[in-house]
Amino acid sequence: MMSTFRFKERSVLPGFGLSLGYALFYLSILVLIPLSTLFWKAGSEGWPHFVSAAFSPQAVASYKLTFGAALLAATVNMFAGLLVAWVLVRYSFWGKSLVDALVDMPFALPTAVGGIALATVYGPNGWIGAHLAKLGVNVIQTPIGIVIALIFISLPFVVRTVQPVLQELDAQLEEAASSLGASRWMTFRRVLFPYIWPALLTGTTLAFARAIGEYGSVIFITSNIPFRTQITPQLIYTRLDEYDYAGATAIAVVMLVVSFALLLGINALQAWSRKRMRG
Amino acid sequence: MKITIRDITKRYGAFTALQNVSLEVPQGKLVALLGPSGSGKTTLLRVIAGLEAPDSGSVLYEQDDVTQRAAKERNVGFVFQHYALFGHMTIFENIAFGLRVRKWKNDAVRERVTELLRLIQLEGLEKRLPSQLSGGQRQRVALARALAASPQMLLLDEPFGALDAKVRADLRRWIRQLHDEIHMTSVFVTHDQEEAFEVADHVVVMNKGRIEQEGAPDEVFAHPANAFVTDFLGHVNVFHGRIQNGRAHIGTVEMPMSFDVPAPEDHAEEGAEVTAYIRPHEVDIDRVSHGSDSMFAIVTRVNRSGSTVKIALVAQEGQLPLDVELPHERDAELGLVVNDRVWVYPRQVRVFRREEAALDKETAA
Repeated sequence: MMSTFRFKERSVLPGFGLSLGYALFYLSILVLIPLSTLFWKAGSEGWPHFVSAAFSPQAVASYKLTFGAALLAATVNMFAGLLVAWVLVRYSFWGKSLVDALVDMPFALPTAVGGIALATVYGPNGWIGAHLAKLGVNVIQTPIGIVIALIFISLPFVVRTVQPVLQELDAQLEEAASSLGASRWMTFRRVLFPYIWPALLTGTTLAFARAIGEYGSVIFITSNIPFRTQITPQLIYTRLDEYDYAGATAIAVVMLVVSFALLLGINALQAWSRKRMRG
Repeated sequence: MKITIRDITKRYGAFTALQNVSLEVPQGKLVALLGPSGSGKTTLLRVIAGLEAPDSGSVLYEQDDVTQRAAKERNVGFVFQHYALFGHMTIFENIAFGLRVRKWKNDAVRERVTELLRLIQLEGLEKRLPSQLSGGQRQRVALARALAASPQMLLLDEPFGALDAKVRADLRRWIRQLHDEIHMTSVFVTHDQEEAFEVADHVVVMNKGRIEQEGAPDEVFAHPANAFVTDFLGHVNVFHGRIQNGRAHIGTVEMPMSFDVPAPEDHAEEGAEVTAYIRPHEVDIDRVSHGSDSMFAIVTRVNRSGSTVKIALVAQEGQLPLDVELPHERDAELGLVVNDRVWVYPRQVRVFRREEAALDKETAA
C-alpha cells in the first residue's frame, strides 16, 4: 500500500519546544524547587525525629481537624455551590448580576477580612451569633467556626466550575427525557447529573484543596488551642515560632503528600469519568 | 391517532411565531410541515408535542384536549434535529430510557430493545456509546428511542437536517418505508421542499406563522395557491410586469420582445403591477418566433451534466436572466451553443399581484 509512508505531522502552531521549556522552567522555579527543599529540610534531622514531629499526638489531632473540617466544608459547598450555580444559570431575576459578582467575593477579599467579618457576625453579640448563642451553639472558638470559615472561602470554586457546564447543557436533552415520560427529578438524576458530575467533582476538589490550606480567616474565628481548635497551618506556625524548623517542615511534608495524593486521585477519577462521557 | 389543532397563537415577545393556525392531521398519515426558517413550523411541532405552550388555541388528540398537558404525559415520540441522545448511556440504555421510566421489567425491556435494534438495523451495536456512531446511525437510535414505548404519534424536527446528502436520501427512504409498515400518525418539519414531497402524504406549507397552503404533494406542486408557495417550491424564474388590456404584460413595456399571458382572474384591474413565475422545466426554446407569447433571448451557458439540460439565457438586451431546463432529446434537436439567438416560450406562467408577491418575497429571504 502506498499510505504506509508518512511524513511526521507538524503542529500548525510553532514554538512547541520553547513553550514547553518555559513552562517546565517556570514550574520548577515556583513549585518544584521550593517544595523539594521542604523534603530536604524535613529530613535534615533524621527519620526518627521526622516521625516524632510529624505524628505527635498534637499534629495528628490537627490533621484530623484540618482535613475533617475541609472535607465537611467542601461537601457542604458541593450542594450549596451546585444550587447557586443552578439558580444563576437557569433563572433570571432582578439583581442576578450582583449575586453573580458576590460569588467571587471570597476570591477577591483578603482572607483576614473574611475572617473578621465572620467573627463579627457569628460572635456572641453578632447578628447570627446572638441567636445561635440562645440555642446554646457557640461558633467562635469551636470547630464549627472553622467549618464556617472554610465554607466561606471555598464556595466560589464549586460555583465557577459547575456554572459553565450547566450553561452548555443542551436543553434538548431535557426535552427528550420529558417527551419520553421522565419526571423532572428523574431527568435531573439520570440525564443532567451525569453531565454535571465531573465538573462538580473538580469544583469540590478545588474547594477541598483550598480549604486545607486556609489560614488567614480561621485565625480570627478560633484561637490556637491544641487538640481542640488548632488547624495544621496554625501548628506549623507555632513550630516556626519555637524555632523548630525541622518539626514545622515535617508537618508541612505530611500535608503536602496527603494533598497531592488527593489531587492525583481525583484527577484520575475525573479523567475516567470524562472519557466515559465523551460524545 | 388524529391530531386537531385549533386556532393556535404563540408569541415570543413582539415576534409572532404562530398566528391562528388550525390544522388536522389524519390518523396514520405522514405529514410534512414545510417552510423557511422563522415560518413557525418547528414551533407548531413543539406545540403538538407539549414542549411549548400556546398563548391561545387548543390541541386535541382524537377528542381529547391535551393543551394543558405536559410533554411527559402525552406519550408522544419526538426526534430532534441533533439527535439529543444521552451521551453517557449506551445505545441500549438510550433506547430503553422510556421503558425504564415506565418501570418495565428487565426481560421485557431487553426484548423490546432487541426488537427495535433489529428494526433500525443496528443489532450488535447496543453496547456502544452515541459518540461511537455515525450521524445517520445516531438518528436511527433517536428514532428507536422515540418509538420504544409505542407512542401515539411520532414527531420529527428536521430529522435529516444534520446529515450529509447521501445518508439523508437513504434515511428519508427508510423512514417512508417504516411509516408504511407501522402506520403511525407522524408529523415532520423540514425546510427542504424536495424532502417534503418525497416523504410525505400531505404537505403543509407555512410562512410567517400561518399556513399558506396544504394538500397532497402533487396537488400543491401543480397548483400553488399564491406567490409565496410558487416561489418556495423549487427554483423559478421571476418576472415583473403589469396588466394591460386584461392581460398580464411581462417584461419592459417599451420593448417589443415581451410576452403576454392571461392576467390573474381576481386581480384584473388595468395597470396593476404583477409578478410572473415560470418554472425552468415549463419553458421551451425554439429557433423561430411563436408570436406575442414568446421572447427573444441569447444563450449564455449550457450545462448537459444532469438528467435534464440546464440552459441559462438573457432576454431583453441583457436585462432579464432566465433559466430553462430541456429534456436531452429536445436539446439534441436544437443543438444549442453559447451566443445562439433563440425564442423562448413558456408553457405555463403563474401570475400574482405584485404587492402580495413583493411582501412574501421579503420575508422568505
